[in-house]
Amino acid sequence: MSVEMSQFHQVFFEEAQEHLQLLEQLLMALDIAQPDTEDLNSIFRAAHSIKGGSGIFGFTALADVTHIMENLLDKARKGEFSLSIQVVDVLLSTTDTLGEILNSYRSELAIDWLKVTQAQTILNVCLVDPVGDLSASDDGGLTPLPVVEPDALEGFGLFSEERVSSMKGSAQDDFGLFTAEPTLAVDPGFGLFNEPQLQSPQGGQSISPPGSAELASQPKAGAGLTKKVGNSAGDSTLRVETTKIDSLINLSGELVITQSMLALIGAEVPGELGERLQSALLELERNTREVQDAVMSVRMLPVSSVFNRFPRLVRNLAGKLNKKVELIVEGGATEIDKGMIERLVDPLTHLVRNSLDHGIETAQQRMAMGKTESGTLLLKAEQKGGSIVISISDDGAGLNRDRILTKARENGIMTEQSPADEDVWPLIFSPGFSTAAEVTDVSGRGVGMDVVRRNIEALGGHIVIESQAGVGSTFRIQLPLTLAIVDGMCVAVGEQVFVLPLVHIVESIQPSLDQLKTLSNQRLIKVRGEYLPLLDLYQLMALEPININPDQGIVVLIETSKHRFGLCVDALVGQQQVVIKSLERHYRRVSGVSGATIMGDGSVALILDAESLALQVKHLDGVTI
Amino acid sequence: MTKIENGNSSHGNDVDEEFLSFVLGDESYALDIMSVKEIRGYETVTKIANAPAFVKGVLNLRGDIVPIVDLRMKFDIGQATYDEFTIVIMLSVNDRIVGVVVDAVSDVVKFSAQQILPPPEFGVSFNTRFLRGLATIENKMIILVNIAALIGSDELGLMDLNTTAGQE
Repeated sequence: MSVEMSQFHQVFFEEAQEHLQLLEQLLMALDIAQPDTEDLNSIFRAAHSIKGGSGIFGFTALADVTHIMENLLDKARKGEFSLSIQVVDVLLSTTDTLGEILNSYRSELAIDWLKVTQAQTILNVCLVDPVGDLSASDDGGLTPLPVVEPDALEGFGLFSEERVSSMKGSAQDDFGLFTAEPTLAVDPGFGLFNEPQLQSPQGGQSISPPGSAELASQPKAGAGLTKKVGNSAGDSTLRVETTKIDSLINLSGELVITQSMLALIGAEVPGELGERLQSALLELERNTREVQDAVMSVRMLPVSSVFNRFPRLVRNLAGKLNKKVELIVEGGATEIDKGMIERLVDPLTHLVRNSLDHGIETAQQRMAMGKTESGTLLLKAEQKGGSIVISISDDGAGLNRDRILTKARENGIMTEQSPADEDVWPLIFSPGFSTAAEVTDVSGRGVGMDVVRRNIEALGGHIVIESQAGVGSTFRIQLPLTLAIVDGMCVAVGEQVFVLPLVHIVESIQPSLDQLKTLSNQRLIKVRGEYLPLLDLYQLMALEPININPDQGIVVLIETSKHRFGLCVDALVGQQQVVIKSLERHYRRVSGVSGATIMGDGSVALILDAESLALQVKHLDGVTI
Repeated sequence: MTKIENGNSSHGNDVDEEFLSFVLGDESYALDIMSVKEIRGYETVTKIANAPAFVKGVLNLRGDIVPIVDLRMKFDIGQATYDEFTIVIMLSVNDRIVGVVVDAVSDVVKFSAQQILPPPEFGVSFNTRFLRGLATIENKMIILVNIAALIGSDELGLMDLNTTAGQE
């Protein structure tokens, strides 16, 4: 029984968490002057669902707070109570408190009852006096619960019982009462909780101590939740542990390797049998690819699951910093690997905080500069080819070039006299670098930006800054779609094979001599009227090539976010999907290489990192021009 | 035979430790057997650019990409030749796998703490901080290597020292 119960607890915790998130989102989006009835209903339902579940499991603290919250919301949705910003703020902070209580229950810690009482008290004060001074309410729950007008209860049958008990101020009564509430009309999923109540009516009336409430409701809870889980599977979603998905992904990765091994062997089988084998292998290749795509898509989640936390953050920070900020979120539906989502939260939060604190000016400053009073923060995600680009743009003051340079020189990290802007901006990613004139509550300690860059690079991404003084700045994060697999072109240099990610390849050409030029030691290739710098892979990878001259080999034209260049290789081997394996797991980072993969014959091939190869070009540019 | 002899000559209360002895050039070495994952023949590796010469490259050990280090080149002992008798000892140290190339693997030997003498200050190719001590078997000296310290050291440069903490 206890194992079973803990299972249900887990389900409840997850659902409650979702409800809390929903609650927060809806509250944030609520138009206070003219609240949409449907929104209010949804908010009410979310609070109600949490209350119901916590009642069943005997999570008294949760049930107590949500109960009052629900009362308030119920009145609000019936138009008997007008919401104000203060009330929404209270509701939001209550949501936070609920989150904390939930976590306490989840990790089986002691409940902070003082907090619970406070939350209840503040909510009660709101009910009585929606616009009143809320700070005076920290007196420990002495405010009596308000009496609700009888007409609020019309048609709710058993609901009137609740009024009586609420006025007595007895928290335990909530247990029995929730079952009596007519939730059927409100939430179809929740309606299931009513069933067990019908089977055991005593649960609705005679519960006094929380302990016994828990015991009495356990069997019912089991019944109710089993049905609920079954139902949600019918709704075509299924909760699966991530470890199971991960092992599925690993296995499909191994399948790809085995499939390409087979393809290699199959190519050697002669005669009619060989042909039959070939066609079967082609079929296998397509199926493998489909399996892999399907498995990978299981892990994909919309970016909105990260973005959704920002309206709240921006609202809070803007209040704290006394700035007016409008947050625009675009492209929340863009899908990205779940593993990345978790690791994106911190860097994104940091960047948003930074934009608010350092980027966007105060209303007065903005007015003085002839800008709109309220600043705009744009949070945008989009898919570009094989990568996801997330950008955070503000229309604030932009990065302060002089201050960055002064600071850099103080720290002795930039010695050039007049570096280009794109060389200046990355300086803020240096450890211990903060240009904020003073350390504030929000940011300015300079520990963050280097961590931001490290986190993003750990995800295989890059971060680029664009900034213009007085106009604003944009932080653009480019991330790979998934962490596990890349479509690659295998190229050979000497005896070694390398994998070039297909997304970066524009075309491959066999150059003629008249396409090749030299400009002060920098070799260039002319492609359709454009001169591009040329790099030798054998030089970059310290290998012995077969062909030293590019006109005997192949030039692969590569495009990265900032550069285009040609890469000389001996030969193209073929296109292949490869599973990315970490080099750093057992070795270390190698410049120009983003990872390694295992080829069909079991040998290791290095995966080239086009972005860091491009840095070599930049370096050469600096020398030649 | 050496095993039995040493096993019997342990001095009472302390537990014997087992070592894998191997040969570099003319010298005998041994390392803690608990760090040995497997022993295999040398096979072709994939070279890595801009790595020191003693890092031969990486190879695929059942899905893991594992670096291979030639200790003979690192410590300039003997000839770094590769033939069918060249041995790679796969070590698992601090949750990382590293292969080391040696001339030959000899035996598993047991030593008690009393049998291990402190390392000399000079006369060995290894820096003394990578040495556990010296021991003798049948009048032959065996140098006990602290392999965990060696693999984790910046001298081999096998890991990014500043980022290792953040990795899985």
